[in-house]
Parts: sequence; structure tokens; C-alpha cells
Amino acid sequence: MRGQFVKTVSKLIQNDERVVLLLGDIGVYGFRDMLTNYPQRTYNIGILEQSTISLSAGLAISNLIPIVQTIAPFIVERALEQIKVDLCYQGLGVNLVSIGASYDYAALGCTHHCPGDISTLNEIPAIEIIVPGHPDEFDELFNQNYDNNKPTYFRLSESNNNNSHAVTFGKNIILQEKGEVVIIAVGPVLQAVLDASCDLNVTIIYCTTIKPFDFNSIKKFLNKKILIVEPYYSGPILTNIHRELGSINGNFSMIGVPNNFINKYGNKDDIDKMIGLDSESIKIRVLEKINEK
Amino acid sequence: MNILKINNIKKNILKASHYGKEGHVASSLSIVDILFVLYDNVMNLSVDNINSDNRDYFILSKGHASLAHAAILEANKFITENELMSYCSHESILGGHLDKRKVPGVEASAGSLGHGIAISIGVALASKIKKIQNRIFVIVGDGECNEGTFWESMLLGANHNLDNLYCIIDYNRSNDRALKLDPLGEKLTAFGWNVEVIDGHSHAEIIRSTNNNLPGKPKAIIANTVKGCGIKEMENNPAWHHRTPSKEELKEMIKELS
Repeated sequence: MRGQFVKTVSKLIQNDERVVLLLGDIGVYGFRDMLTNYPQRTYNIGILEQSTISLSAGLAISNLIPIVQTIAPFIVERALEQIKVDLCYQGLGVNLVSIGASYDYAALGCTHHCPGDISTLNEIPAIEIIVPGHPDEFDELFNQNYDNNKPTYFRLSESNNNNSHAVTFGKNIILQEKGEVVIIAVGPVLQAVLDASCDLNVTIIYCTTIKPFDFNSIKKFLNKKILIVEPYYSGPILTNIHRELGSINGNFSMIGVPNNFINKYGNKDDIDKMIGLDSESIKIRVLEKINEK
Repeated sequence: MNILKINNIKKNILKASHYGKEGHVASSLSIVDILFVLYDNVMNLSVDNINSDNRDYFILSKGHASLAHAAILEANKFITENELMSYCSHESILGGHLDKRKVPGVEASAGSLGHGIAISIGVALASKIKKIQNRIFVIVGDGECNEGTFWESMLLGANHNLDNLYCIIDYNRSNDRALKLDPLGEKLTAFGWNVEVIDGHSHAEIIRSTNNNLPGKPKAIIANTVKGCGIKEMENNPAWHHRTPSKEELKEMIKELS
């Protein structure tokens, strides 16, 4: 998705003179053409994430459209107060784009993991949260949303689904509808869900906007067995459903990244297997859910 | 004439704080002269041009001095006297830290320290990007200079040659008890800023320092000030950091300013 991000922003910076790109000295070589051709609106701002977020607020106050990109933990967890106060409280249209997802940088250890990004940001009022599952979906969602004058977080990942879907900001897609088990799959975890359930009698709902969550799309399934599969710490979607309903009486289960530090290395697939986010592990959980009384 | 206006603003600060039972009065009195001169003599900013792209910008980074900013906004017709005197009441547009979405003339909602200065870097950079010939003024507290983002902002301002940015440091030394900043001027000079040290209560020095700068450099004005300026009991008295005057105290203080 990083390659697509470069393509998408390259096009936007050409076509919309309000767009300003701020890089945190990460992956800068990929943006060399923009740095050369649009030096007044492309900045390798440096490794100072907190001030970069505040600076982006200043640009937005002056009616520009900033896009800030760096690795997820440094943008979300290091600069959290700036995101809360300078962007969300002030209602400013800044686009935050993170790379690295939960553990794309598996080999680099816990400092570079960020499975807490979505649950952390989900607690901040006024932010929008988007988790695309395919480069084309990122392009589509970013173009739909980048100039809507609201703070928005886009979580990019190295892995993606085999095929893209016709995504719309704020809407879930019902991919198939059958059986008593309803799986809500978020972004890039959809592929493992599809691989796990291709021969199973289940409903699959695909979600790329976590906040605002498309509650209407799941209303009619609330009396069924719902399994939420998220590629980060479990919980944000159930929290958002709970907030909408006021209480929860349904049958909900969750699969996601366990709330532990991941202190092994290797690559993303190794970690997926270790924590049960690979298709085989998901299949076991889906079958359990189907057979649950 | 100005002294009458200044004293009237100070009286309003004391009254609003007394009615609202809230406010950092001493921190506010520390910057009244600076704010008065900025709005009266220096900035191209008024109720008439607040929506113009070409206006100058003012950001109060030391947000707890909100009473001073609110009183100045009232004096300049951005808000009404009733609004000022409703300070911190439940339905008021004015809280202990001003909210840009509620208060006309407030460009950034400050409160947590070290944010407004970095926001002002973004506003100044935006003017450069848009090729607007305006100026950005930001007031930071000396305690705020403890924050890492203040020093990050010093790096950014110099690196991007933001000569349209004027950072006024309210150097009332209330923070010396925690973390001494001296030699502050040398530090900021080393960071690449054009530094000037002034008496923060001298209108002539405030006007002079805010009307000259070196091309390519942001300007840091270290304004030596007295916390609680104008009220003897309050001046440099830490007991008054976050205290509001009682009815009797208010009466005495108003008398002192009359």
C-alpha cells in the first residue's frame, strides 16, 4: 500500500494546490519526485512527530490540507496528545497516514509494533478511522475523504487482500449472506477470513471504516452469532456497536491481536500464526462459532 | 491615555476572575502590556479582517493566561463585556483556556503547554507556501519552554526561515524554581533565531522589537516581565498563581489601579 500512497498523493499534489505532504524522515526516497517537483508543498520535516502534528494543525488553520506520514507508533502513540488537542478538539482537517500496521516490522521488535493504534484513536472524539484492505481501496477511500475537513487516520499495511472491493467511506459491504454466523472482517484480515470460510455457511461483512462505524449494515444480524475479526487489538468495533446500542445483549466473539507485547521476531506471517490470525486458526474459531449452541 | 486603557483591562481581568471564581490572574497581568501593544499598534488584525487570508495571526500558546486574551478581545470588540464577565460560567463561551470554536479571534485552542508554538510554526509556514505577506505572533510562557516541542519548534522555525514569525517569551521567571532557562538568549541564538531582549512592560520596546526582523530568520523576543504586574500583593507572589480575588481583595485591587 505504500507504493499506492506515493501514487495517490503524487496525483493529488499535482491537482490540488491545498495539499501539503509532511514526512517523518521515513521512506523519503519514494517521494523524491514530489520533493523535487513540489518543494513548497512536500517536506521531509524531520523526526519530531509531536511538533509535526501541531505544525499540520497550523497548516489546516490556514486552509491547507496536510497529509502526515510516518510509522504507526510514532504518529499515534508518541503524538497522541497533539492528535487529540490540536487536530480533533479543534476540528481540523488533517490526514494521518501510518505505515507498519500492527507488526509489519515484526523483526524490529515491540518499539515498532502498533496493534493499539485503532483502539487508542477510537477513544478520541471527532476522529475518523479508515483501514483499507487493498491498495486500490486506499486510493478510493483517500480520494473520497482527504478534503472533508475532518481529522482522519488511514492505517496502511504491507499485506493486502487478493482482490479489492468497491468501498465507500463510512459503509460496510455484505459480501455474502448465509447461515447463523456473521463475520465482520476488517481491512487486510479479510483474505484470511475468506480463505478460512470459503466452504462454510457464514455471512461475511467487510469493514474498512471503523469510525464512524456503519451500524445500520449490521442491525438485521444482531440476533445472530457475530464474530469480529480485527488485525489489531480487539475491541474498537464492539465498543462502537455498544455505544450505538447503549447495551449489548447479543452473541459477540472477537479475534484480534492479543493484548500482550509480541516479543518474538521473524515476519508478519510468523506472528499471524503465533497469535491465531492466520486462516487455519481463524477457521477453527469460525467452526467453533458455527457449532456453538 | 494608554495607562487608563491598560488599567481598565486589568480591572476587567480581576472582575471576571472574581465573578467566575477561576483564572490565572497573575500570569494574565504578566502579558497585558504585550497584548495591548500587539492589538493596538502592531498587528494587522481586527474584527473587520478576522476572516481575511492576509491578516496577521495571534496565538496564545501559554493558554492559561486566557483572561488577558479575553479582556483584550473585549477591548477590541471581538466579544462583549457580558461575555467577558461570564468567564468560566457553565454556559459561557469563555473557559479557563479559550476554545477557537467558541471565541471569535482565537486562532488555536491552547491549554496543554508547548502546542501553540508548534501550531504557529505551521501557520507561518502556510503563509510562506501561499506567498502571503503577513506576520504571526505567538506568546509562550517561560515554563512552557521546558517542553520538548518548544525546542523542536525552535529547530523548525529556523530550518524553514520563518522570518514572518515572532515568538514572544513571557519571561517572568516563575519557572526558575523548577528548571532554569538561562542563558535563554544564547540558546535561542544558537538555534538560529534573531533574538532581542526587552522590557515586556515598555510599550516603546514592544513596538520596536516587533517591527524589525532579519530576513530569513524567525524572531524571538525575550520579554522580561513581572508576574502579577500592577498589583503589589500579587507581583512575583506564587500564592497568586491560580487564585482569584475575594470581594474585599477585588475592591482594594481596583483602587490600586485607579
